Amino acid sequence: MKKLLPYLLLGLFTLWIVSALRAPKAKGYMDDVSFGQLPVLREGRLQPLDSVGMNALIQIRGTRKVPVEGNNEKGEWGAFLKIRGEGSGQLSERRWYQFGKRPKKLNASEWLMEVMMHPEIADERYIFAINHPDLLDELGLDDQGVEKSGLFYFTFHEISEHFPTIRRHAQSAFNQEAALRSPFEKAVIKVWVGLNTYMEFKNTIAPQDSHDFNSDLEIYLSSIAPGLEAWRSQNAGSEHDEAALGLFSGYMDRFQHLSSAGTLLIPPNKDSGTSDQWSTMGTNLIQAIQTMGVRPAVRSYAKMASAFHGDNSGNFNQAASQYKESLKTDFGTELKRTSLEFSYNKFSPFYKSTVIYLIAFLFACSTWFSGSEWTRKTAFYLIVLSAIVHTGGLITRMYIEGRPPVTNLYSSAVFVGWGAVLLGLVIERIYKDGVGAAIASIVGVLSLIVAHNLALSGDTMGVLRAVLDTNFWLATHVVIITLGYASTFFSGFLAIVYIMRGFFTKSLDKDTSKSLTRMVYGVVCFSTLFSFVGTILGGIWADQSWGRFWGWDPKENGALLIVIWNAIILHARWGGMIRERGLMNLAVFGNIVTAFSWFGVNMLNVGLHSYGFMDAAFKWLMIFNASQILIMAIGIMPLSTWASFRSTATKAA
Amino acid sequence: MLDNIVKFFTSLRLTVTCLTLFMLIVFVGTIAQVDQGLYIVQERYFKSIFVYWGPENADWQIPVMPGGYLVGTFLLLNLVGAYIARFKLTRKKVGIYISHAGLILLILGQLFTDLLSRESAMEIKEGETVSHSSDFRLNELALIDHSKTEEDKVYALSESFLQSKSGATIPSGPLPFKINVKDYWPNVSLVGKEKEGYTRIEANSGFNNVFLKAMPPETAMDQRDVGAAVLEIMDGDTILGEWLVATVLDPQKFNHQGKEFSVGMRAKRYYEDFSLTLLKATHENYTGTMEPKNFASRVRLQNEGTGEDREVLVYMNHPLRYHGLTFFQHQMSANEMVRRQGLTATSTFQVVQNPTWLTPYLACAMVGVGLTVQFMVHLIGFTRKRRNSSPSSINTRATTPKTA
Repeated sequence: MKKLLPYLLLGLFTLWIVSALRAPKAKGYMDDVSFGQLPVLREGRLQPLDSVGMNALIQIRGTRKVPVEGNNEKGEWGAFLKIRGEGSGQLSERRWYQFGKRPKKLNASEWLMEVMMHPEIADERYIFAINHPDLLDELGLDDQGVEKSGLFYFTFHEISEHFPTIRRHAQSAFNQEAALRSPFEKAVIKVWVGLNTYMEFKNTIAPQDSHDFNSDLEIYLSSIAPGLEAWRSQNAGSEHDEAALGLFSGYMDRFQHLSSAGTLLIPPNKDSGTSDQWSTMGTNLIQAIQTMGVRPAVRSYAKMASAFHGDNSGNFNQAASQYKESLKTDFGTELKRTSLEFSYNKFSPFYKSTVIYLIAFLFACSTWFSGSEWTRKTAFYLIVLSAIVHTGGLITRMYIEGRPPVTNLYSSAVFVGWGAVLLGLVIERIYKDGVGAAIASIVGVLSLIVAHNLALSGDTMGVLRAVLDTNFWLATHVVIITLGYASTFFSGFLAIVYIMRGFFTKSLDKDTSKSLTRMVYGVVCFSTLFSFVGTILGGIWADQSWGRFWGWDPKENGALLIVIWNAIILHARWGGMIRERGLMNLAVFGNIVTAFSWFGVNMLNVGLHSYGFMDAAFKWLMIFNASQILIMAIGIMPLSTWASFRSTATKAA
Repeated sequence: MLDNIVKFFTSLRLTVTCLTLFMLIVFVGTIAQVDQGLYIVQERYFKSIFVYWGPENADWQIPVMPGGYLVGTFLLLNLVGAYIARFKLTRKKVGIYISHAGLILLILGQLFTDLLSRESAMEIKEGETVSHSSDFRLNELALIDHSKTEEDKVYALSESFLQSKSGATIPSGPLPFKINVKDYWPNVSLVGKEKEGYTRIEANSGFNNVFLKAMPPETAMDQRDVGAAVLEIMDGDTILGEWLVATVLDPQKFNHQGKEFSVGMRAKRYYEDFSLTLLKATHENYTGTMEPKNFASRVRLQNEGTGEDREVLVYMNHPLRYHGLTFFQHQMSANEMVRRQGLTATSTFQVVQNPTWLTPYLACAMVGVGLTVQFMVHLIGFTRKRRNSSPSSINTRATTPKTA
């Protein structure tokens, strides 16, 4: 039976992955899949509407979905608005212990459909996360909103009346230099930016007050000719049709608003030549003054808006799928790409990888205690499965972006994890003692969690600043240096295993400690090679783009620190200055050096490289450093205190 | 005795010590950039023998840490020493041999870059032809004789020379005039009306309603020092006038014996014997955003000496290399806003002269190859050993190879 268990578990998880891979189908009654797949241009990048909604939701709410149900004080379960209407006070999404309760949730596409085409409903969804206590006080939101695990969410309706207050605070916060902003100011800016995005979405497909946009469109188009006529007469000072002018100019005012939307919905006309670009609904509507007509795409979106607002799922689904179908002739490749991105969003490969790595880690660890082979094998197989998903995710991202794997801090975290996992699998294959598997899985989990948190700052596939816009250097320098980070972390984690097992358990016998030492040594060699070559390639890139090979810029120095540190370890070892434990302690310190180089230098906010600035992570960096120092402190405890060496040490004494 | 010295300079202990010190310098030098700016940090920490420290406003400083040059020198001695004394070209060591040779090349290359390279900026308006570039930090005093119709004759005096002559007189010799340097400031702030901390500068012949305050050297990367001086220019014993000159003020003209001259401070210029004409500057954004996608400059390169006349496109990551100089796209004001306001688009190139620019390429290849070879040798040896030891049991503790 135990022989079969690894295969059984592998089969189970494979089933989970495969079942999630099926083509997405709309579950609700409006076709959110077709809508979510539609290509649009936002922030310079062609993407599906689903990604537009998802990235906005992550920034505004911090989650990828919007729960629409929860419970009240009495524990009664139901739709938020309904149970709020019955009682008062705070509502809770779900208590932490209510695992069984799965509230109905809107996915990003469904939410975006509501905001863009039926804002009256969307305004009542709890999507604005506000948690700074002073800001909550200032806005007097104490008895509103819903709560989940101590986090508070509010509806647009609830906070819209505080708009002037938020604007006042936001303006003064924007005057403050970004690095010096207080948590309060950051919170205000976050809400302000979120509100603006939200209001922009409300005026992207149709003006927010339009209830039947398709008819509005027809009325508008037929009002153009008489409206213009009346306008000319008015300008000439002669008698004119006041009503026609009023109708026409009323539409113009509303559409003007639409033309400043950040989401460009309407594809260019490929027949008209190369200069035509993606454009907003508003721009197209206003252009109709000259052309007396609008593009088919404008009509399609208008039909969707009317049908959605009128709760007519038949018409909506027909309009959405017809529009999608019509794109296939001229925008077939784009549509394929956005459909793939839609499926990628739905599948969330890195989330699934994280789960499997975590389970594999538990199995790998239990190997050390039980010594049984089946747990080790299970861990190994699960990591292989998870690595396949991880790799698939990376490749999909590369295909969607048309770029090498690492383009920003987020993707570097995903890639560091990937590199470490592969390294761990190789080591596990050679030594077969559960160490490689344990480290592969834990580094996989940690790096993907870091990546998940980095993703909270916005679109992870965003466009690249001009100087970074080169696939050659991204593919060589960035990939190699990131592998350098990955392997340095890996040697550090191997060393942690050595110290932990040696100090707390008796499992670190002579052979194990020797093989661990050899692993650390080998991985340090590997990191020296990669971090050195990666650093120098970075210098060459800098020489190509800024005219100097080396400028002592923080990011460059950070990379250099890793190289020097690895070189120190190797030379100290060759010179006999350190033995096993020394090697381990130095390798643990390598974790601190790498974390500084990877994240710490970005927090300094100086230099040409400051493309990944973030500050919330500072606390975590310090916690991580402290934990590493603690481990090193354990590492230098006298051998007589080590569980594994106690007997030999006392014998020697 | 000699043995001990050789031992010291070739020891791995020295290597580790130097590397550790180097790491310390790099770390401290990185953190220090937050307050002191990149340029000063480079001079203080990396391009120095010692790093000095003293309390603020005190006039003494003590060395607290070795500087980059000192540690670099010891590392280089250590490397070369070990190279001569210890390395033997065997199949097993060939990787180490190659990679350390690459390292020596890299360190020497950087040293020569520090000593020989020069960076300046060339700003060109669309349609304009320019054949000089301006230094990023250094200023100079330029006295220009405009009397010749074809070319102006420029007498340029460096800042350091000016500073050394502060309060003294520069004799006429090669210069057409005698210059009394009444006052000189490396960096100042100028205002047009009375302000606290500022003193009024009386210079009867030029700007005389200017208030000046001496400033410490700039630390920010994108700011430069405003050098200023008060000069009295004399022809023999005749005083021609007294001028306040500063880099932020236009050059001031005066006539003497029918000839027109001008005097002013400006960024130090380097003249080349070829010229660039900016034909078109392009600033491209990603559609629907303000995020720049590309900056590109189409220039016409003309060299009368060689008769060259061609067009070149300079853009991100694609510099123009010509005559030992490299032109990089550095700054640009050519976006829609500029065009809409009817302003002429401008493109600025960073001009770098670095005769040793190829060394890092070569060094990188050598170290990369060297390390790869070395680790492959290791790995092959290791797997061979493992294959020979018994791989019978799957369980870990039994399979660890017995050979250490």
